[in-house]
Amino acid sequence: MTNTLHRFGSAESFSDDIIVFALPALGKSGQGDALPVLKRFLQIALEYNPCNMGDARNGGALRPTRFKSFFAHWFKRNKPDFQQVLRTMTKPTTMSVVFDNLPAAQAFIKRIKDEDLGISVNISTSLTNAAHCCEHAGLVRHSMNYSLGFGSMGAKLPGRHAVMLSTMCGHGMISHSLAKKMIDFVKEGRRSPESAAASLQRFCSCGIFNKSRACRILEDARVGANESAIT
Amino acid sequence: MKINQDKCIGCGNCTYVCPMGAIFINPRTVRSTINRDECVECYACYNGLSAENLPPGIARLTRKFFSLFALRFEPEPDICPTSAFEPDELAWPRVVRRAFSDPRVPHESTGVLGRGTEEVKTNELTNRIKLGEVGVTIEFGRPGVGARFREIQEMSRALARANVSFEKNNPVATLMTDTATGDIREDILDEKVLSAILEIGIPADRLEAVLRIVQEVEKRIDTTVILGVAVRCDEKGEDGIVTPILKRLGYDLVRAKTNLGLGRVNLRALPVVETQYTMQSPKREELSNA
Repeated sequence: MTNTLHRFGSAESFSDDIIVFALPALGKSGQGDALPVLKRFLQIALEYNPCNMGDARNGGALRPTRFKSFFAHWFKRNKPDFQQVLRTMTKPTTMSVVFDNLPAAQAFIKRIKDEDLGISVNISTSLTNAAHCCEHAGLVRHSMNYSLGFGSMGAKLPGRHAVMLSTMCGHGMISHSLAKKMIDFVKEGRRSPESAAASLQRFCSCGIFNKSRACRILEDARVGANESAIT
Repeated sequence: MKINQDKCIGCGNCTYVCPMGAIFINPRTVRSTINRDECVECYACYNGLSAENLPPGIARLTRKFFSLFALRFEPEPDICPTSAFEPDELAWPRVVRRAFSDPRVPHESTGVLGRGTEEVKTNELTNRIKLGEVGVTIEFGRPGVGARFREIQEMSRALARANVSFEKNNPVATLMTDTATGDIREDILDEKVLSAILEIGIPADRLEAVLRIVQEVEKRIDTTVILGVAVRCDEKGEDGIVTPILKRLGYDLVRAKTNLGLGRVNLRALPVVETQYTMQSPKREELSNA
């Protein structure tokens, strides 16, 4: 999967976007039971205040609702439920945690190194952020997978904010039209960036959507600004 | 995917959430309708929209009543107010669309989970990409364009002519009739998918030539191509081979996945987890947090 790799935006735009994910090696059946290890990975992550986490099979911290009651139409909640991710883990698969600040990600990675879980751990972010995380934890990079970017799709295109939002689900579950609609809603004052970002987040089926970055992009789009960076 | 025409109230929410833009309001029936040729069976509408159970008759009446006063019934943008979406029974070759487009299901058609392999995410254990080698992922159809296998075949044939070998466990490769020629099964060539990935492994000194082939083919196919290049770092954690090549070719390297090398042959032994569910593929009601 390359679902976290190809996100649209400049290096500055990824300053608050750090995805750390763990997965067992396929075909290495002798590795042991990966499910408790993956659960431990997520439990540790909770101590570092992530902005999202998810299980590639069962979904992220904010999922679509399936209310049976007629009245549920008026009582929808947009609060992520991290414990639900832990409760509903079924099989070993890729477990992801998203951080919106570098110090938390650095501390988490150092802790994971110290815990020595034995599971493969990757970071998907800017090269700069990844280098800082490795340096802080005293780790040497084993392998890299570079994104060569979106080619001719220029960073100054009128629809760039929508592309930045929609590519935060690498599986393509967040449509460009919905991202554009949410931008319009925010511009018109019909939704707050938080509420619009939550609507988008529900479509990401593996929990890698970064709501903090989405709110920032929606704020930028509201005023027609180029992407801002978190300093 | 089907939309139950008795339940649909034509609110139009689903027209925005379809990554392919394949859902529209039919002006004759005033109900949502799916363009089946463009639909890639990704289930974003079914899995992503929250389902509610407003009675369709009352909801339609409310919409008509409001419209008389130039007011608008506006449900939350990420819901289907009457749960009108219903999965369709998919047969071959259409089932291939879902296998490549819905991230929640394993590749029923190929037996492979996900759109690609593990690339270098577990490379410290698998040693899939060795020093001096490069793994290239060529992804078609993203963001939000989709791709037909006929276009993917253009690329696979061009690469095969250059004696490039494809990753065996890749879902696209398993649908090839001949990996030596890059030919894909004839019966799926017109099937459209949200995205698909070709994976190849080459010596680092062939990277430039392969990227030039990809760039050339990209110009003549009607979809998007984005590339990932995977490499094994040296003992100091540096990549002194591929980065210079990519920079020379004009690529601005901004983002990457970094394998931290923490995988071990034996995982740390921890108590067994009790899970709430035991099914492999979640059903609709299991996605509920209601």
